[in-house]
Amino acid sequence: MKRTFFQRLSRYYLLFTGGFGCFLLALAMLEKEGMPRVWIGYLFMLATITLYAFIGLVSRTSNVAEYYVAGRRVPALFNGMATAADWISAASFISLAGTLYLHGFDGLAYILGWTGGYCLVALLIAPYLRKFSQYTIPDFLAARYGGPHHGRIVRMMAVAATIIVSFTYVVAQIYAVGLIASRFTGVDFSVGIFLGLASILVCSFLGGMRAITWTQVAQYIIILIAFLMPAIWLSAKHGGNPVPQVAYGKLLPQLSAREHALQHDPKEQEVRRLYQQRAAGYAAKVEGLPGTWDAGRFDAQRQLDAVKQRNGTLLEIRQAEKTLLAYPKTVEEAAEAWEAARRYYEQRALPPVPHAEPFAASSAQASDIKRNNFLALVFCLMVGTAALPHILMRAYTTPSVHETRVSVFWTLFFVLLIYLTIPALAVMVKYDVYTAMVGSKFSQLPTWVSYWANVDRAHPLISIADINRDGIVQLAEIAFDGDVLVLATPEIAGLPYVISGLVAAGGLAAALSTADGLLLAISNALSHDIYYQTVDPHASTQKRVTISKLLLLAVAFIAAYAASTKPADILSLVSAAFSLAGSTLFPALVLGVFWRRATRQGAVAGMAIGFLVCVYYMLHTNPILGGNAAGQWFQIAPVSAGVFGVPAGVLAMVIVSWLTPPPGKDVLALIDHIRTPEA
Amino acid sequence: MNDTRLQALRNEHWRQARNLTAGLLLLWVATVFGAVFFARELSGMTLFGWPLSFYLAAQGALLVFLAIIGGYAWRMRVLDQRYRDQV
Repeated sequence: MKRTFFQRLSRYYLLFTGGFGCFLLALAMLEKEGMPRVWIGYLFMLATITLYAFIGLVSRTSNVAEYYVAGRRVPALFNGMATAADWISAASFISLAGTLYLHGFDGLAYILGWTGGYCLVALLIAPYLRKFSQYTIPDFLAARYGGPHHGRIVRMMAVAATIIVSFTYVVAQIYAVGLIASRFTGVDFSVGIFLGLASILVCSFLGGMRAITWTQVAQYIIILIAFLMPAIWLSAKHGGNPVPQVAYGKLLPQLSAREHALQHDPKEQEVRRLYQQRAAGYAAKVEGLPGTWDAGRFDAQRQLDAVKQRNGTLLEIRQAEKTLLAYPKTVEEAAEAWEAARRYYEQRALPPVPHAEPFAASSAQASDIKRNNFLALVFCLMVGTAALPHILMRAYTTPSVHETRVSVFWTLFFVLLIYLTIPALAVMVKYDVYTAMVGSKFSQLPTWVSYWANVDRAHPLISIADINRDGIVQLAEIAFDGDVLVLATPEIAGLPYVISGLVAAGGLAAALSTADGLLLAISNALSHDIYYQTVDPHASTQKRVTISKLLLLAVAFIAAYAASTKPADILSLVSAAFSLAGSTLFPALVLGVFWRRATRQGAVAGMAIGFLVCVYYMLHTNPILGGNAAGQWFQIAPVSAGVFGVPAGVLAMVIVSWLTPPPGKDVLALIDHIRTPEA
Repeated sequence: MNDTRLQALRNEHWRQARNLTAGLLLLWVATVFGAVFFARELSGMTLFGWPLSFYLAAQGALLVFLAIIGGYAWRMRVLDQRYRDQV
């Protein structure tokens, strides 16, 4: 029976992949016939969202086990695929390659951290959760640390942690959905958000975990095709080998040689010197405040008057007016703006960082700090991965403990198909830019440059300006935003627009699949753990599922509203969510399985202290949150707060557990049960 | 009598599972820490064109992670099967 279920699934998804291939081919042909670009964007959006809605509709359910854990019958391979889609967020798909492009070796912390965490999931948590066989993460913690009120305190804390962690994350996903939709179809950002919201809802609203699982498998296939196609193309073009993971080994030394040459190129040095001068100019202006502010304002005003007096063209007058309008309104504002400009130009004046060199820095000490931060970040991302509720929730959906272990293997396998390509893609695009674009004429820049430069005028994704006015592009004259790299790769590689649409659809799938999982994690925590377990334990199964669906709807709308306000602060906090998850949930989860002596009081103390230490460190050191970088401990960046939070949580848990009476008989029996092999 | 024997078997299964877990975790820590902490020292060496430290952080360590999880799933299956009928 299981075998046939597996075979049936395989047939469906093979058919789906074939159908998707035909769809691509058809679009490519239509593009050749002259179909306008924006139509391709529309068609991709429409087709993929209809597909997700269709799967969601087919998988609708009101059965509790189906709704919460997909009936516990998802085969390991498919569970792995679904978890991989759950995992590969908009950040992984869109931003990670760009981060590697910009930071070289130091960006690999994300690659290492976001894959190594699965070792912890597989070895320490997932199989035991499956043996426990309930519905949510708070379920496990409440049973393990149960007390007089069925572990109500522990359950509430776990629910709170789940919601805090998942909510910041889901807002970022919905934000990305809005961004991609608006860029590729030209609709307004907030319309894009609500389009995305609709497609998230059709899938998770009707069928819960069951619908999400089968949609995510389809989404993973789209993510994979979308990510690999341009990479394979580039790899065949530059490496002479269609396997990007192998080919870029050959390119890396060539890239290093090119970097070395560019570092000593006189034209490059000239541009960097010009930046240095601009930075010095702003430094002098800041130095001379408030006098310079007055002088600058007079200057701008005089310029406008002069243009008006000599009857300049309307365009010139507009320009002068704009300059005057943009001029800082107060001395404080001027100080801030000029200081930022100074920092920006100083940054631009730096020579390129060698891509493959670990922890490049001017002094050995600075290099050590970079290394320590790299290690700290890797640690936080790994531990955080092993404590993210929407990933752990998936341990419940397989038919057996063994299948759960195998499913984590498949998860990492499918994640690696993407994650091994990301560093390759970064190197190949960099090679392309360094060899083809640098040194070309400004008059012959490819069209995609101006296209992407104009997408977001406030924060240009690409800016290329002829700083030294020699008509030739220098490396120092190019500024890339990390987010544009993957989206622009098809055009950089010279592929037809249909591939760009495909990549956008892939990014959309990555964001939607992650958002689905996160929303379900939040609404399950609310409906199962708060409503059913705490408020109304006698609720009928029908009522439970209905409540869950309503809560999902509510959470989705709140998240979409939060995303539509474009909260830059929340977005920068997404990586911090890993530190929070790790510090709060990880010690309680792992010690709960591996240490019989861990007590309820210990778990409460551990979760509270871990959370507080983590939050304190972020508030204390993150400038966005009103902290000060000077307060850092051991020069560790605030994003890695978990490096202090996790040990603090473990320590608190151990000490308090020792000081309190050992857990009762029923808890020990539960521990024995989850450790014993399955019958 | 039967109960204590059962308990002993369970303990033995758990001891082996724990040892396997500890061993693999040690390998995991060594991989990550070694690849990162000594990255500067390792970057002089090359492997198929990659500087060794870059290769490890971008590909080698990741494949080790996959092997760790695969090995764990396989060994635990063997272990579970050995004890399944007795406990």
